[in-house]
Amino acid sequence: MDTFIQLTLNGLTLGSVYALIALGYSLVYGILKLLNFAHGDVFMVGSFIGYGALQALGGSANPKVPLWLLLVLVTLAAMVGCAILGVAIERFAYRPLRNAPRIAPLISALGVSFFLAYSVQLLFGAEQRDYDAFALGEGTLFFSGFDIGNVRVPLLRIIIIVAAFVLMVLLWLLVTKTRIGKAMRATSHDREAAAMMGINIDRVIVFAFVLGSALAGAAGVLFALRAPTSATIGFIIGLKGFTAAVIGGIGSIPGAMAGGLILGFAEAFTQGYISTRWSDLLVFAILIAFMLFRPQGLFGRPDINKV
Amino acid sequence: MDDETRDSDFEQAVPAASTTAGPAIGKDEWVARSGERRGGRTGWRGVLEARLARVPWWAWLILFIGLVALLPVGFESGYVRRIAFNTVIFVLLALGLNVVVGWGGLLDLGYAAFFGVGAYTYALVSSDKFDLHLPIFLSIPLAAVVGGLVGLLVGLPSRRLSGDYLAIVTLFFFQIFLTATNNSDNIFGDDLAGGPNGLINIDPLSLFGHRLEISHDGIFNVAYLYVALALFGLVYVALRLANDSRTGRAWRSLREDPLAAELMGMPVNWLKLTAFACGAAVAALTGSLATALDGSVFPQTFEFPLVITIYTMVILGGAGSQAGVVIGAVLISVLLEVLREPGDSRFLLYVAGALALLGALKLSARFAAVLGGTIVLGFLAHAVAGRIDEGWTSGVPNGGGRVAEWVDEWVIVPADLAGWIPPASYIGLVAIVLGLTLVRGRTRLVLLVPTLYLAAFVWENVLLAKPEPTRFVILGALLVAVMIARPEGLLGEKRVEII
Repeated sequence: MDTFIQLTLNGLTLGSVYALIALGYSLVYGILKLLNFAHGDVFMVGSFIGYGALQALGGSANPKVPLWLLLVLVTLAAMVGCAILGVAIERFAYRPLRNAPRIAPLISALGVSFFLAYSVQLLFGAEQRDYDAFALGEGTLFFSGFDIGNVRVPLLRIIIIVAAFVLMVLLWLLVTKTRIGKAMRATSHDREAAAMMGINIDRVIVFAFVLGSALAGAAGVLFALRAPTSATIGFIIGLKGFTAAVIGGIGSIPGAMAGGLILGFAEAFTQGYISTRWSDLLVFAILIAFMLFRPQGLFGRPDINKV
Repeated sequence: MDDETRDSDFEQAVPAASTTAGPAIGKDEWVARSGERRGGRTGWRGVLEARLARVPWWAWLILFIGLVALLPVGFESGYVRRIAFNTVIFVLLALGLNVVVGWGGLLDLGYAAFFGVGAYTYALVSSDKFDLHLPIFLSIPLAAVVGGLVGLLVGLPSRRLSGDYLAIVTLFFFQIFLTATNNSDNIFGDDLAGGPNGLINIDPLSLFGHRLEISHDGIFNVAYLYVALALFGLVYVALRLANDSRTGRAWRSLREDPLAAELMGMPVNWLKLTAFACGAAVAALTGSLATALDGSVFPQTFEFPLVITIYTMVILGGAGSQAGVVIGAVLISVLLEVLREPGDSRFLLYVAGALALLGALKLSARFAAVLGGTIVLGFLAHAVAGRIDEGWTSGVPNGGGRVAEWVDEWVIVPADLAGWIPPASYIGLVAIVLGLTLVRGRTRLVLLVPTLYLAAFVWENVLLAKPEPTRFVILGALLVAVMIARPEGLLGEKRVEII
């Protein structure tokens, strides 16, 4: 039972980070029908910006500001930095190819992803970077918290899960309640019709990239609080985030959240009960089956070809 | 209101559909290309172009094979021969990917895994692992067949999934391949393929009972180059014929518009599968050859950078054009090799930079102004920096080589670089280059001078210091740049969108 609770907790933490990344894929795919391969690397850059901000504020051991403010500032820095990066990627790598054959922006996205990963490796080295969250507030993040049965739920986990869910709720409100959210939904429904109704498509697309990349930045910090980050991490995490988006139904926001959690649980439980070595393989095999038999995902609508 | 004004009003109301320059709605292919035909060069260059266009493809093929085959005559060193062999391997890989991407229009991100499947198949049937030592007339075709079959299996999802999803499924397959090979030393307790330690002591090729040793007196055995070239010739001709066949035409129609192809009664799913399997078989064939030479196989060889490298070759050369793909593969393969050596790559960069500038501005006053301005700016900056602090210019350029002394006088190379300088200058350079694409005319020309100097600074101080990531940074940037500036690559055909 204890193992089960522990694994559920692992799955929830991992899943909320995947969900944040999945949202970025979903937002962009919903509007542009573009698989943004570079998204995983934006996440990675976010974790590095967070690392830089942490060092600039004095490092984990003796920060210049109180703990809560430190976490907020680091996350904000990563979100803003990634938002700018996302806008730049859209403007320079995707926009010129908007009316090109479908495969063109995908290849451009591959190039961007590769460029980002190796630029970071060039500038900051290939070694892992650790936030050293253990030193934050002299270990408060690990020692305080509450217990379920015999399992400790440390504060760090609570912060990660709560932060991820707060961001998701904010996004949900933004998309359903505001004017620009309405424009986004309209564009995702039918881009040309939306343009004819006077919606500025370019602005909507840029906004989708800002939101998605900012979420990826936040996810980068939340992820790196628990595990060390490195320049080449974006590929595999991005792949998992995308998978989560597909499971939930790409283009759907609740779908991305659900998909992220499912993926997190699947990974945590295979690692706990079956094998760490084969967990990736099992997860991906399940996903291929998923894509074969329910390609539209849990919450997605099936694709219908119109002539 | 007459018809014309109404039309233009309509177009203004649809910004998304008509923002970029492209063929207008309603034009057919012949009409859309009329400008291109009229725009052909005149004078001796036009005549030359027309002549070259008339040379048949097999003549080019023979010329290429002949040139590479004569390479060992001119160059005695085993290094050059080995590089030539690697280049032919890359050319083969690029040809295979061209079938999937260039003709089928499918995005296969697991391509390196098929290369790996071929390599592992060959390794397992020609080593002491299972005590099998099949003759190469069995083992190499076997590798190709296994690769093609795995390709079919992986391609099966594309029966249900379109475009992007297929890319993801192949990516998953790629991950599964990597996980499987990395853990292959313990599959239910059995050591099947060595895991991360790979397989070693694999048989070299043997022709008619004659073992082709990998090297003679430490020099690469040139026979391998000839075997690779022969295989290249076979694959090239086979694919060429396939492309000219019914299936080849069907592939292209699939690429242009799958829906229309299906409505014309084409077996779309079967076509996708065959394109996929063809590419996979070529990759696997290449894998077996590469393994025979290496004598060993490790999972690390097949990681994602290899996929990107092959994609860059195909895209640069021109997806869909076999000759283009060959040229792209040769260029990228040589480039990657040159970039290993800072002295050589420095020389290459300055020459390429000057040529690119010449190509963009032609022989004009503007060219002279930009080039002269950059040179003068460099000497000025160097002198000023040296006057302020000796340490700023006392560094030694990495590597050396032909232009290193000159560069030492021109580019600021600090003796010890403060930690913030590399990221700041690099990110600044990327930002300013991107910004340059947004401005036009004189502003761009003036900004070009400091940009070029900043580029030289970053090149000397940041990029040359770490050749390994630099190679891949350049590949990534090249992929994006080619895709945007010239999506048809060097020799590809311009795609005409018919709406």
